[in-house]
Amino acid sequence: MIKTDIIIIGAGPTGLFAVFEAGLLKLKCHLIDSLPQPGGQCAEIYPKKPIYDIPSRPEILAGDLVDQLMAQIQPFKPGFTLGETAKEINRKRDGSFVVTTDKGTQHQAQVVAIAGGLGTFEPRKPDLANLTIWEDKGVDYIIREPEKYRNKNVLIAGGGDSALDWTIVLAELAQSVTLVHRRNQFRGALDSVQKVQALKDQNKIQLITPAEVITLDGGRHLTNLTLKVDGTSVNQAVDYFIPLFGLTPKLGPIANWGLEIEKNAIKVDNSLDYQTNIPGIYAIGDVNIYPGKLKLILCGFHEATLMCQSAFQRIFPKKKNVLKYTTVSGITGFDGSRKEAQKSTIKTIE
Amino acid sequence: MDIKITVIDRSGKVHELEAPTDINMNLMEVCKSYELPVDGTCGGIAMCASCQCYVLSNHPLEKKSPDEEAMLSEAFYVKENSRLGCQIQIDKKLDGLTVELTP
Repeated sequence: MIKTDIIIIGAGPTGLFAVFEAGLLKLKCHLIDSLPQPGGQCAEIYPKKPIYDIPSRPEILAGDLVDQLMAQIQPFKPGFTLGETAKEINRKRDGSFVVTTDKGTQHQAQVVAIAGGLGTFEPRKPDLANLTIWEDKGVDYIIREPEKYRNKNVLIAGGGDSALDWTIVLAELAQSVTLVHRRNQFRGALDSVQKVQALKDQNKIQLITPAEVITLDGGRHLTNLTLKVDGTSVNQAVDYFIPLFGLTPKLGPIANWGLEIEKNAIKVDNSLDYQTNIPGIYAIGDVNIYPGKLKLILCGFHEATLMCQSAFQRIFPKKKNVLKYTTVSGITGFDGSRKEAQKSTIKTIE
Repeated sequence: MDIKITVIDRSGKVHELEAPTDINMNLMEVCKSYELPVDGTCGGIAMCASCQCYVLSNHPLEKKSPDEEAMLSEAFYVKENSRLGCQIQIDKKLDGLTVELTP
């Protein structure tokens, strides 16, 4: 059981900044995110896109914003449970919450802050008849263990970064790799596109474009796919079909936690502290809704700050708390590190 | 000046929308402002296809950008007349535009 002061669900910009504000109050945080890396949408969907409305940053790439936030919270040593989805929440007799992930990792804290953005990212599944019956029998949407495909015949469909990257990785392992896309242009890092081109030139992979998978067939396990290539049907024997068409967010298991939901978002008290209808559970950033809500990173930062003040009162009801300015009190990290303003020099001029 | 846009939602219901041409809106944003079921997950940067629609009228639309082409090549239910709503800027030339939301 991981014990902390605040469990933050969602490691996007809002969740990350909450670690900083909590840290100033000496509260420790642990973040849970279904994606394998921190940063949420900024890291997953548009790391290379510039953001222009972060106060004092005329322009910053979304990926850089995440890196900077990670640097800013580093003194407060947050814990991370990544690649796991917060699934269940239970209340203990002492009033604390236990949050359990889909992989069974348990976390306990007095306060839970949901900073889940648009929800959990799930793979986008192509609209193919009977696709779902082959799941775990030859159809995978996420590659967890590349070794699984050693000496197998694999067909990857998609035209983005993940399709290219996995084609490159599996070309080394698999018996055969076929990459199928609806057109012959790919959207990915230049380096990846060039590597795939080289693999194709060396006949290490088979590239079929413009083409798409139209039917799946097999016995106990997937054995064959039919592709439509230039209007003609072509049969292809495979062991695995891996459609990689990006991720789409779903509110996910949080929707069943007894929280008041409106328009696919969690209702909170915005006049006070962004608490939900369940005392001790807060919702901050894009995941919440209140009159006048704007889904902006800068609003998430504000909400995170107010939430932490309220969380402090909840965790330490008897302690008095005054707002401290970092300019005055500096930052004391949980590792003993210290950042503070330089002392001014005062000398006599004679 | 406001223009009129017709949006057929996924249940076939027809919505007549009025869209302002002077505040730099795109079709995805207009749909959201009328609370039609368009997510606009990526915020309008042609990265998610949640605002994909079929253009049913013959309006002079801007050509697709490489980003929009790339996204449509990975999206589902794509037809010849598929466009991303977020890439259609509201302009007075589009008065009477008719679109249908994709599944």
